[in-house]
Amino acid sequence: MISLTILSSTLAVTAALTGIALVFLALWVAKLMAPRSFNAQKGEPYECGIPTRGESMAQFKVGYYLFAILFLMFDVECVFLFPWATVLQDLKQFGMQSLISIAFFFSILVLGLVYAWRKGALEWK
Amino acid sequence: MFNFSVLTNWIDNLLRSFMPEWLTVVTECVLIGLVLLLTYSVLALFYIYFERKICAAFQCRLGPNRVGPWGLLQSIADMFKMLIKELISLNHTDKFLFALAPYLVILASMLAFAVLPWGNGLQVLNFNIGIFFLLAVSSIGVLGILLAGWSSNNKFTLIGALRSGAQMVSYEISIGLSVLTMVAFAGTMNVVEIVEKQDHLWFIFSGHLPAIIAFVIYLIAGTAETNRGPFDLPEAESELTAGYHTEYSGIHFGFFYLAEYLNLFIVSGVATLLFLGGWMPLHFPGWDGFNAIMDYIPSVVWFIGKAVAVSFIIIWFKWTFPRLRIDQMLSLEWKYLMPFGLFNLILMAIIIVTNLYF
Repeated sequence: MISLTILSSTLAVTAALTGIALVFLALWVAKLMAPRSFNAQKGEPYECGIPTRGESMAQFKVGYYLFAILFLMFDVECVFLFPWATVLQDLKQFGMQSLISIAFFFSILVLGLVYAWRKGALEWK
Repeated sequence: MFNFSVLTNWIDNLLRSFMPEWLTVVTECVLIGLVLLLTYSVLALFYIYFERKICAAFQCRLGPNRVGPWGLLQSIADMFKMLIKELISLNHTDKFLFALAPYLVILASMLAFAVLPWGNGLQVLNFNIGIFFLLAVSSIGVLGILLAGWSSNNKFTLIGALRSGAQMVSYEISIGLSVLTMVAFAGTMNVVEIVEKQDHLWFIFSGHLPAIIAFVIYLIAGTAETNRGPFDLPEAESELTAGYHTEYSGIHFGFFYLAEYLNLFIVSGVATLLFLGGWMPLHFPGWDGFNAIMDYIPSVVWFIGKAVAVSFIIIWFKWTFPRLRIDQMLSLEWKYLMPFGLFNLILMAIIIVTNLYF
């Protein structure tokens, strides 16, 4: 098997370089084949044919930011659950006892969700 | 079952017989890169054709049927069309980030693509945190989308990118939770071991109720993760022209298009891997004759067949349901899918500990 003779990190770098090479090669070919012309109108942002009004990097709703913070919280907790999930089959020998310690962690997770829900953080206003 | 490591070992030994150690590794890496590049582009072209044909069938049309037999060469023609279109450089864009965004989007899907096991002994990346690595690299894609939307200096792309960011990060939690459920069931994160554990029964049968709930949650969240189907608000064409890639032209746009279809394959590939047994044939304990016949179908055919079947379901969603509003989309995730996912994980833990699975 190749994976035994080549390190996985080398293979991961190979895959990453392949992705970069794909974009690079396709762009190179496109630059050789594609036509080029200049027109002052062409450089303007495309907003349905109407000239842009005001600043384009406009303000956006703060709600997006709130959901990003909520995501950060729950995703990090998911990451902490992965090692537990991997060894759960081995913990089975301790019976229901094996679930008690993770139940504390879980209740914190659920309480966090309940708190965010009650505070109205999950509403899109 | 035919083990593809025979083939890879043979190539390895052949190269080793007349090359020094370091040159062998370099040659093998180049070969792997070429194979990845080929399968990636061929699959993307196939998926574009597949989706257009299915879309046509749902709308009682014929779909592409002029270029080549049954329109089979249509997506290749489309690729050439994209290559010969001008790459327009805009006036007020952030040039560096604008050029960087397609790289990130393709990089994320290529790395995730490399993790999938295609057949018995046929995978590029095989290591102990495989599925975790897949989750980690697939979230690079959202960075590319946010950069694309922000650097274009256009209100539509900015709104599209923000919607896409909020949607992808939200649904990533549900994906993480259903993957977590199956990792707990398999007891390993190595993709090859996950597949090999399903040799007597696929996880969706042996894990019964929690596995089925996790599969449904995964399918819904996966559809949202690829910005498709009823969750296509980032590129809602009637509101935002084309969303985050409005300002990209020619092959620059092609990269986003390519990555979108490859992500569809990756999502269905992971669903196949975790729930439907990966490349493992359909086996039932006790049905020895049936199992032996199923073993005659090559593992690659099983994997691609199942992945395409799951993709068909996801495409079916797209042409059946109307688009959601952003508040509906967020409340679906945070008020329904995520609590259900957490509950399902607890259910799975209890079923594992009490040995209630097959």
